[in-house]
Amino acid sequence: MLYFSKWKALATVVFSAVMCLMIVPSLLSPAAYDSLPSFLQRKIVLGLDLQGGSYIVLQVEQSEVRKARLEMLRDDARRVLRDARVGYSGLNIQGDSVQVRIREGQDAEAALTQLRTLAQPIGGALASSGQLDTDVTRDGDVISLTPTSTGIQARTIQAVSQSIEIVRKRIDQLGTTEPSIQRQGSDRIQVQVPGLQDPSRLKALLGQTAKLSFRLVDMSVNPQQALQTRPPAGTEILYSQDQPPVPYVVEQRALVQGEDLTDAQPSFDPNTREPVVTFRFNSNGARRFAEATQQNVGRPFAIVLDNQVISAPVIREPITGGSGQISGNFTVQQANDLAILLRAGALPVPLQVVEERTVGPGLGADSIRSGVMASIVGALAVAAFMIATYGLFGVVAVLAVAVNVGMIFGALAMLGATLTLPGIAGVVLTVGIAVDSNVLIYERIREEARAGRSAISAIDAGFTRALATILDSNITTFIAAAVLFYIGSGPVRGFAITFGIGIITTVFTAFTLTRLMVSLWVRWKRPQRVPI
Amino acid sequence: MRLLRIVPDDTKFDFIRFRRISFPISALLSIVALVAFFTLGLNFGIDFKGGTLLEVRYPNQTLNIGDVRSKLEALELGEVQIQEIGSDGEVLIRVAQQPGGESAQQAVVGKVRAALGDQVEYRRVEVVGPRVSQELLSYGIVGLMLAVFCILIYLWFRFEWQFALGASIANFHDIVLTIGFMAIFQIDFDLTSVAALLTILGYSLNDTIVIYDRIREMLRRYKKMPTDELLNQSINSTLSRSVITHVTVTLALLALVLFGGRAIHSFSITMMFGVVLVGTYTSIFIASPLLIYLGVTTRTMAEKDGAEDKREQRAERPAR
Repeated sequence: MLYFSKWKALATVVFSAVMCLMIVPSLLSPAAYDSLPSFLQRKIVLGLDLQGGSYIVLQVEQSEVRKARLEMLRDDARRVLRDARVGYSGLNIQGDSVQVRIREGQDAEAALTQLRTLAQPIGGALASSGQLDTDVTRDGDVISLTPTSTGIQARTIQAVSQSIEIVRKRIDQLGTTEPSIQRQGSDRIQVQVPGLQDPSRLKALLGQTAKLSFRLVDMSVNPQQALQTRPPAGTEILYSQDQPPVPYVVEQRALVQGEDLTDAQPSFDPNTREPVVTFRFNSNGARRFAEATQQNVGRPFAIVLDNQVISAPVIREPITGGSGQISGNFTVQQANDLAILLRAGALPVPLQVVEERTVGPGLGADSIRSGVMASIVGALAVAAFMIATYGLFGVVAVLAVAVNVGMIFGALAMLGATLTLPGIAGVVLTVGIAVDSNVLIYERIREEARAGRSAISAIDAGFTRALATILDSNITTFIAAAVLFYIGSGPVRGFAITFGIGIITTVFTAFTLTRLMVSLWVRWKRPQRVPI
Repeated sequence: MRLLRIVPDDTKFDFIRFRRISFPISALLSIVALVAFFTLGLNFGIDFKGGTLLEVRYPNQTLNIGDVRSKLEALELGEVQIQEIGSDGEVLIRVAQQPGGESAQQAVVGKVRAALGDQVEYRRVEVVGPRVSQELLSYGIVGLMLAVFCILIYLWFRFEWQFALGASIANFHDIVLTIGFMAIFQIDFDLTSVAALLTILGYSLNDTIVIYDRIREMLRRYKKMPTDELLNQSINSTLSRSVITHVTVTLALLALVLFGGRAIHSFSITMMFGVVLVGTYTSIFIASPLLIYLGVTTRTMAEKDGAEDKREQRAERPAR
């Protein structure tokens, strides 16, 4: 057990040193770090609890996905039936399905065939599992279109992916450093923005769907009347942002939608000096907007954002230039944010903030300070106790633990893992437990010596027997750390990482480094008596 | 240099007979813990209960706690806890979960910020919605059970079922006592507490296994020794190690409790109780004596080894 081949000894030392050196890139200045070759650009990331920042979890609601899908089905059904010249009545959303009554009984079968085309294969045409995302059924002259739950699930996952892109675009506009946006589970998005102190603007930006549409205002009815009865078919009542809100009867069909915008910028109206958002359409949008304005000169149209009427100007002349401006009594910041939202595009469904954690820079700095303090005090106390108890062998243990801690940080850097305050606690705890492996070895050596073995034989036997125990006891602790990593999130996961890595490095140093140091000492001193 | 020696060589404590005292004590403590858990309940943090937590600091002695209280009460947010911490003008504000779903929780921060103004430093703001808090709680419970289960399976493979059972009873005892401790002192029970419980579990097992390992070795070596004497010898021969490791872990934890900062204070305190007070006691006074009741004898190991593992037996032949 005490014999080490030269190569093994060398490998042990080199491996330990390299692992410890992996920490160096994390300590460099940003400029020096960037000049490193890419395989060395690995460093420890400080958790938000240490560097300050905002952590937000957004959720895509399945009910919203279902709602959006139902609305789409309703609009598509209207188009399909109109194109097929089928008379219908009462096309609307009833609970979890879209229902429509076909006027003439003999048309029903043809309408059913047409409406069946609206059901799409789940996962797109390529990944054909043969399953459709919508059940289309006929009961007499009523046809219902019901989205299936697997179809909604697939759409939810899709909506999360689309939302991540849009969330990223919106956050990038805020000019913060290194935001991280990740999927969490099947229906959540986790956003981390280091350094952000007040996430209220961020939440406001992410809390809006930003669905923009230009729609004609229906002047045939008085909004007040429509409120009391029912709005005409194909229209709905939307309110303005004013206090108190003013109702408008607007067409459900949009002239042009937000997707057809190519650019949006905040600026000032040259006449009123009021903040506005100017925008440009793509060629498709420009053509449609031009046509619509030509046909409706003199009528008002509504600019609708997330089912709120921002403004409802009257079309004075056809707008053919493909650009325009939105005014709505904005503040400068509001105009800015609206431009950001329009540039980044609309979210497929609204996102809901379900968790938020923000740490200010002051607390972060305090946490680093107390973490470092606890580490130093803990390490010194343990080192002093070990040396007092085991003398020279205690020094060996302290060296092994020091290398151990170096390797933990090296491994964290190599994995690009996040260091949190509980993570630092994990390191401190590892120091306490890592010396246990040395204690186990040394106590066993003493026992063997007391049993009458010679010094060298006792040391050899001590290592052999203690290492088996070390392995057994650490594997069980490692299981606990692994479970913790699996179930934990954020700071707790940070603890599990350092604790788990700590267990591995502890076993490694016990098996190699401690053994190597003791065996070198034995070869050099040829001891007659065990010195502990 | 004279080295420090805490435990003298060749101790001969009769730990096994002490079980007549330690078992009733543990039973009593467990009952107290359970009663505390069911009557006082755990002081769930917002991780598991949902709600809002703000840590704010008023600069330069401008903190007027009564003023803060009246400002927040005017918001009518239901149950609001206001607690002054330290002497640096820091206040911890906890607002219970609001009725009305996820967006109602989000509105709280805006209201509180508006009420307290911009002159204060917002050091920490946490909002956990009802859905997330419920998930975190079930994750925590599932995690604890999963860990115990995985460890049980491992021990069963590595040792014998008696050992696995003994270790898990001891484990259960640790968790019950620690949870009771947290209930009695109303320590914040949040995600880091689950981390603490799992670590206590891992650590206590680590301790137990070191002793079990020795028991297994002795069982193979001394086929004729009466079980209680054998258990006693095993505990006594690992006693020095138990105590020394105990001291080092205590030192590390003490550093965390004293200097680790408030953010991990409840974690450190819980660990201190679980590891230092309960874990080691359990391994020595509960886990090992339990083996007698579970029917561990020298035959147990002989049956397991059977004809296999001749090589291992040669390696473990006694030194003398």
